[in-house]
Amino acid sequence: MRSTRRRTGAVLVAALAMMTAACSSNSTTGETTAGTSATGSGSGTSAPGTGGKAIGFIFVGPKDDVGYNQAAYDGSQEVAAAYPDLKILTAENVPEDDNAARVMEDMISKGAKIIFATSYGHLDPAAKVAAAHPDVVVVQQGNLIKGTVPANFGTYFGTVYEPVYLAGIAAGKATRTNKLGYVYAFPITQTTENIDAFQLGAASVNPDVQTFTVATSDWCNPGKQAAAADSLLSEGVDVISQHQDCTKTIIEKAEAKGAFTVGYHADGSGLAPKGWLTGSEWNWGPLYIDIVKTALAGTFTGSKFNDNYRVGLKTGDNPFVQSTYGPSVTEETKALIEAAKVRISQPDGSPFKGPVVDQDGKVIFPEGMTPDYVAIESQTFFVQGVVGKLPT
Amino acid sequence: MDLLLQVLIGAVRGGTSILYAALGETISERAGVINLGTEGCMLVGALAGYAATATSGDPWVGVLGGAAAGGALALIHAVLVLQRGANQLATGLVVLFLGLGLTSLFGAAFVGESINAFTPIAIPGLSSIPWLGDILFNHDPLTYLSFAVGPAMWWLLYRSRWGLLVRAAGEREEVLAAYGHSPLRVRYLAVVAGGALAGIGGAQLSTAYANAWFENMTAGRGFIAVALVIFAAWHPLRAMGGAYLFGAALALSPALQARGVAINQFALDAIPYVVTIGVLVVLGRKRMHAAPEGLRKVFEMSPSS
Repeated sequence: MRSTRRRTGAVLVAALAMMTAACSSNSTTGETTAGTSATGSGSGTSAPGTGGKAIGFIFVGPKDDVGYNQAAYDGSQEVAAAYPDLKILTAENVPEDDNAARVMEDMISKGAKIIFATSYGHLDPAAKVAAAHPDVVVVQQGNLIKGTVPANFGTYFGTVYEPVYLAGIAAGKATRTNKLGYVYAFPITQTTENIDAFQLGAASVNPDVQTFTVATSDWCNPGKQAAAADSLLSEGVDVISQHQDCTKTIIEKAEAKGAFTVGYHADGSGLAPKGWLTGSEWNWGPLYIDIVKTALAGTFTGSKFNDNYRVGLKTGDNPFVQSTYGPSVTEETKALIEAAKVRISQPDGSPFKGPVVDQDGKVIFPEGMTPDYVAIESQTFFVQGVVGKLPT
Repeated sequence: MDLLLQVLIGAVRGGTSILYAALGETISERAGVINLGTEGCMLVGALAGYAATATSGDPWVGVLGGAAAGGALALIHAVLVLQRGANQLATGLVVLFLGLGLTSLFGAAFVGESINAFTPIAIPGLSSIPWLGDILFNHDPLTYLSFAVGPAMWWLLYRSRWGLLVRAAGEREEVLAAYGHSPLRVRYLAVVAGGALAGIGGAQLSTAYANAWFENMTAGRGFIAVALVIFAAWHPLRAMGGAYLFGAALALSPALQARGVAINQFALDAIPYVVTIGVLVVLGRKRMHAAPEGLRKVFEMSPSS
């Protein structure tokens, strides 16, 4: 144990290099070609997003997680197919910190003029990059820009809670114990509004139902997911849903115990042939292509995407769609869900149509009020009937 | 279900992967080699176990795969430490990062893959005993196996000739050499066997508990195992108790949440680590006297002991 410290150091460096290489598996696809013709026409003041050679996508997880990141990656590949002249740069496992800004800068240096930052926590680095590059369009998936929206920046999302509300109806009709379970990661608004919608949907057909929640503090930690599912199932929960990036562990635990599953992010019906009810999954391609088209045309600034853009049943095609039904869903339940879909598509319809009351009895949306997307997304609370505690 | 009962069931379910890793690390440290790369051995075991199960369709093939992968990674540690005389602590961390990198690289193909996983088997008769039946006799085969591995290791270490050699390698290698045995060979075997056990622990996590592979899915369980070996005073049976203590700490948070107990989730997340610190504070100094002589050399490089 003497003279070999130098060698250990060398090995350490080599291993770290390997790890870095493996962790940031920065894959690229597509062909490099000259940029599409756009409105810029050579003057120094071209519109943001035009004249690029590439489009960048960053993902917080791996592209094959059968969940959130895979759906976003699939969307990026639809963009690649629609714009074969543009190079599609993708980066997986991009953390939600300054590293994300570095990855985006790198994409810009490779000719990207449009960047999709696809995780909730990518908002701050995306804002930084947008401010540093006024000629680049940066759009962020799922978060909200507070205050004035810069001319080259925007957020977009489907209204996730609409299909979750509809699935809640299926859960409320299926449960025999009146106990629903929900495993989530962090108490962010995107999650709490889903849990609320799930409970509201279930309660709309079954007033006695409650939703029990367990937080894992991790988007994908199969060990913690297993413990969470075990806890809920042994408490008598017989329908489980989740807001996790990887969904397999929980679905299989529920199926093994004979409980029902409501999916999220992806079609998990293959994992739960008996217990699958329905769920919500993503179809990002059309929206991504629409955003790219707008940016390439030089009309991003002032467009609907230059804002906190939310699309739902009321305004058009929600990229978050309902999954297929499982075998145990009755015709009666399907009819209730269809009726609810029509109801929330009306101008005054919403899963959060007042009165909506939080756990402590405080009125969040008064009787008769139809809150808009931003109003719903800017508050973090649990509705009455949800069992669990949000950190204060 | 009763909270205590549920936490105890969770202790066994969640503690088993830690238990295998802790038993592995016990052999390794008994022979005088500390392997901080246990976490890495668990990770490669989790992936190899999952991959071998997915490819072969038989979870027992997965167990062999997990053991082989964990043992192979530990062999790298053994070569660097034993052959090249590298610093044990630094090399262990290298081995961890190596395992993390390799599994991220090769694991991507198996995320979302379905496997024919181990399923719980209720033991007829025994599983209907109130409390005990639920806690001990309704588990996957690897958990039942772990009930035997702890006592078997105690017997091996304290009652068999093989164990005497291992302990001698850790305490006084000169004695071992004087009696014509090769301390080097004994240590190699102990380190590789330790890695193989950690690999089985990883495979238990991916093919019997969570039934999924995801990068870095062990999430610190290997480090908990290393800490546990120290406060179990290098004793396999105490290590079993320690592993279940941590399993219980990990099970407490979701069990409380599922009951609607109004505690901040982030405070609950801290429970296992508070338990670690608590136990180390209580047992800390005293336990070091139980350390194998050979290990002291490793620890004494740190400023305060």
